[in-house]
Amino acid sequence: MPMLKIKNLCKTFNPGTINAKTALAGLNLELKDGDFVTVIGGNGAGKSTLLNAISGVWKPDRGTIEIDGVDVTHMPEHKRAAFLGRVFQDPMKGTAPDMEIAENLAIAARRGTKRRFVWGVRKAERVRYRELLATLELGLEDRLSSKVGLLSGGQRQAVTLLMATLQRPKLLLLDEHTAALDPKTAAKVLELTDRIVSENKLTTLMITHNMKDAIAHGNRLIMMHEGRVIVDVEGEEKQKLTVEDLLKLFNQQSGAEFTNDRAILG
Amino acid sequence: MAFLYALPGAVAEGLIWGLMAIGLYISYKILDIADLTVDGSICTGACVCAVLLGRGIPVGVCVLLAFLAGALAGVVTGLLHTALGIPSILAGILTQLMLYSVNLSILGGKSLLAVDPRANTLLVHMSSNPRSIVVLVVLSAALIVGLWLFFYTEIGLTLKSTGDNPDMSRAQGVNVKLNKVIGLAIANGLVALSGAMLAQYKGSASINDGRGAIVIGLAAIFIGLSVSLKIKPNFVVSLIGVIGGSIVYYIVYNFVILLGLKTDYLKMLSAIIVALFLAVPYLKGEYFSKPKAVLPTGVQEDGGNADA
Repeated sequence: MPMLKIKNLCKTFNPGTINAKTALAGLNLELKDGDFVTVIGGNGAGKSTLLNAISGVWKPDRGTIEIDGVDVTHMPEHKRAAFLGRVFQDPMKGTAPDMEIAENLAIAARRGTKRRFVWGVRKAERVRYRELLATLELGLEDRLSSKVGLLSGGQRQAVTLLMATLQRPKLLLLDEHTAALDPKTAAKVLELTDRIVSENKLTTLMITHNMKDAIAHGNRLIMMHEGRVIVDVEGEEKQKLTVEDLLKLFNQQSGAEFTNDRAILG
Repeated sequence: MAFLYALPGAVAEGLIWGLMAIGLYISYKILDIADLTVDGSICTGACVCAVLLGRGIPVGVCVLLAFLAGALAGVVTGLLHTALGIPSILAGILTQLMLYSVNLSILGGKSLLAVDPRANTLLVHMSSNPRSIVVLVVLSAALIVGLWLFFYTEIGLTLKSTGDNPDMSRAQGVNVKLNKVIGLAIANGLVALSGAMLAQYKGSASINDGRGAIVIGLAAIFIGLSVSLKIKPNFVVSLIGVIGGSIVYYIVYNFVILLGLKTDYLKMLSAIIVALFLAVPYLKGEYFSKPKAVLPTGVQEDGGNADA
């Protein structure tokens, strides 16, 4: 059974107005358990819309979404969260700045469970969090009681990544999670992503604007255009890809030039 | 001399409004909602308590029911906001207006209802300030401990994260809408509790009780936090600070009256105090700030750039 199964997904924003924008136009996608898929595409191709649809930020106009055999199309966002780990592009979005690192982790550790009137962060947890934070190699293991708002963007993304995977998610959704970071920090967070994904054998969907990263990471690559998947390569074929191949593929499939303000081609 | 004579009363009143300010702290600071329900729910608390006392019901039960009435008002605001999609500030105003009618009907159409301190056993009354102060300090302390325990439970933590970052909360499976309703219920319950104590203390409940309460509560919060955040920025110290801020507010208030300011101008004074506290951080940033170092203090050098 596929871990993620999307059938004929459609979404138009501002329908019936002059600003109408079709973001998803009958998208089909299936992810096998353990797939690590990188997603690339031009401006307005529907990459983030796809991730938001899976997360349940709003309901699609048509189509169905199944996660591990469960139809989640009409499930509210906070309930779906039980299946999902999410890291956003904006480092500010994934953590609560006025709360301690340990408190953020503790909230994430209980994702998908019924929260009760018992102590919110237990002693044994702190020990575990300290060990996990140490693996990030960012010096956060001694700052469990620090407010997250005091951390840098890169540190916050690393903590968010940890939060997304504390409870093993059925699906990890990464929405250009390194785009707002400086190159050195971005590389470190990507390396961390690879490690966490492979250690936990997570099924992952990662949007990136960097074609090299899209080729170097994961076992499968999809390219989106006008709300559909137009290129889907995996395995050995994907490993052999070059940026030039990708651009050529894009032109063949879409009949258009690849445009993305932020795409890093070389 | 007259000032010293008025001091115990000011402290007692400050403590009563401190309960209200704690309720407001929960909605304004923790949930990040400027909840205007409080102007109505404090009055609801006073009316419910006064009417029930008049029926010979024990004071403890009266106070508890006042709390529940306020909590219900909070639920109404919460549902207007979360289930019907009305912006929180408008939801609060709507409930406040509804409560005016509700409060009038609780008072049986009268605008004032007296509570006879001789016919009822009251927890607090202006005729015995020392005793009132002891009762209020014990009540406040119990409340602070209770809230401290609550906000460190699994459920309490998600209430904090709901206000701090709703996106993160939803992504971590927190029912943000439900949490807002729960938080507003607790907040308005406490505000109504404060109203119930106020009715006992003054010996009456009036339909005009609580007009501008949100401004007084905010003043107490700002005054209190301006000191307590410098001492230690944690939950318990903040709540103690808020109560302290409320006491300071009422001492200043009484002092200004003794100086001869016409009571007509007191609401103007309260509003100006709050406006100043709200404006100062903005003005500081806008006109008096110097460029700061990019890295916040305590961030490790190798931890990536702060501007990343």
